[in-house]
Amino acid sequence: MTLIRFLPRAALVAVLCLASAASGAQELVVSAAASLTNAFQAIGQAFEQSKPGAKVVFNFAASGPLLAQLQQGAPVDVFASADQETMNRATTAKLLAAPTRVDFAANTLVLIVPSNSAQSPRQLGDLASDSWKRISTGSPATVPVGRYTMEAVEKAGLTMALQPKWIYGESVRQVLNYVARGEVDAGFVYRTDALIEPDKTRIALTVQTATPITYPIARVATSKNAPLADAFIAFVRSPAGQDILARFGFSRP
Amino acid sequence: MLTPLWLTLKVALLATLVAGAIGIALGWWMSRRAFAGKSLVDALLMLPMVLPPTVIGYYLIVLVGRNGVFGQYLDRWFGINLIFTWQGAVIAASVVSLPLVYKGARAAFEEVDGRFANAACTLGAGEFEVFVRIALPLAVRGIAAGLMLAFARAMGEFGATLMIAGNLPGKTQTLSIAVYEAVQAGNDRLALWLTLVISVVCIAVLVVSGRLLQAKH
Repeated sequence: MTLIRFLPRAALVAVLCLASAASGAQELVVSAAASLTNAFQAIGQAFEQSKPGAKVVFNFAASGPLLAQLQQGAPVDVFASADQETMNRATTAKLLAAPTRVDFAANTLVLIVPSNSAQSPRQLGDLASDSWKRISTGSPATVPVGRYTMEAVEKAGLTMALQPKWIYGESVRQVLNYVARGEVDAGFVYRTDALIEPDKTRIALTVQTATPITYPIARVATSKNAPLADAFIAFVRSPAGQDILARFGFSRP
Repeated sequence: MLTPLWLTLKVALLATLVAGAIGIALGWWMSRRAFAGKSLVDALLMLPMVLPPTVIGYYLIVLVGRNGVFGQYLDRWFGINLIFTWQGAVIAASVVSLPLVYKGARAAFEEVDGRFANAACTLGAGEFEVFVRIALPLAVRGIAAGLMLAFARAMGEFGATLMIAGNLPGKTQTLSIAVYEAVQAGNDRLALWLTLVISVVCIAVLVVSGRLLQAKH
C-alpha cells in the first residue's frame, strides 16, 4: 500500500479511536491515602469487573498533598483520607459533597524496626536512649501518620527527647521504605503497611493513639460523574469491598 | 526562609568545587588520550545529565546507603552516614552537575591549539606544566561557563537530593525542597516567597558571572 492511500485510512482509524475514547469508558479519578495503595488497587480491579466500561484511575499520596491538589482544582471524583482532620479541612473548604462522607476502614499505629535489627524497643520510652539515633514518621504538617505519631509521643512525654531524631517522610510508604532499607533505626507506620514488608521489617510495638485511626471517603463536589463516584463508594463499603480491605489488614471503622 | 537559602548556597558551592575538580581533570584527560572504549567512558560521564534525577538518587542509595555497596563500609570503618545529611546533598548535586563541567572543559581543552602544547613540551615542560601554564589559561572561558552552569544546576537540584538527603527542615531542606513541601502543604504564600527568593538569587548569579566572564576578554 502506498503512503498516499494509507494516510486517509490511518486518519479515519485515529478519529474513531478518539471518538470511542470520548464516548466509551467512564473514567473515575480516585485520590486515596498512600496507606490504601495495595488494597485500593485490588478494589479498583474488582469494581471494574463488576461495572463493565468503568475505569478507575488512582492518585496515591499522603492525605495532605491530596487535599492541596483538590484545593487547586484537580479533577478528582472521590477522595479517601487516612484521617478525619484532612477530611474536615476539605469539608470546611467546601470541596466535598458533604452528605456522601462516610468512614469505611480503621487501622492501627505500630512501631517497626528493620528485620535484622539487633534491638527491639519494649515501650515507646526506650526510643529516648542513645542507641536509637534515627526514627522516622510522616511529616506532621501533611502526613496523617506523622500527626498520630506526634500525638502518641506527646502523651508519653517524649516530645523533647525524640525531637533531634526525627526523619520525616513524604508519605507513610516512604517511612516504610526507610525502615526496610535500614536507613533509620525505627519508624512509625500503620499495621497494614508493616504487613507489606514482612521480610524486611518487623513490628516491635503496637502504639495506642488517643484519636482512633479511621478512614473517611467522600465524593468530591466538582465530580462530573457523581453516579459512578457514589457507586465506587458503595462498592468500598459492600461486603466484597470490605473483604478486600480485611485481606490487606484493615479493620472495620 | 533564610536557612534553606544558606543551605542551598553552601551545597551548590561545595558541589561546584567537587564537580569542578573532577570534571576539569577528566576533561583534560579525555582531551589528551586516545584509548579503546573512549566513547563509552564519555557516555558514562554524560549519563547523569540525561538520566532522571530519581534514577541517580536510587543509584546513590544503592551505593552509599547504610547498607549500600560502599555505604556499609563507610559506616563500619569510619562511622560515616551520608543519607539524611547535607553532605549527602552535596554528593547528589556534584554527580548531577559533573557532566556540565566535564563537557565544557573537554571541549575547551580540545579547542586549544595542539602546537602550543607541543612547543612547550619541546622546551622541556612536563604534562602538569603544560596543563597549568598553557591549557588552563587558554581554556578558562569554556571552563568558567561549565562551572557556572554546574552551580545553577546544583542550586536547582531536587530529585536525587530528596532521595539521598531527605527533607529535614534546617538540616537538609534546600530551597527547591522547601518549595515542594510548601506546595504539598497547600501553603501557597510561603511557596511564592521561596520561589521569588530562588529566582532572584539565580538571576544575580547569572548576571554577576556573565559580567566576570566579559571583563576577562
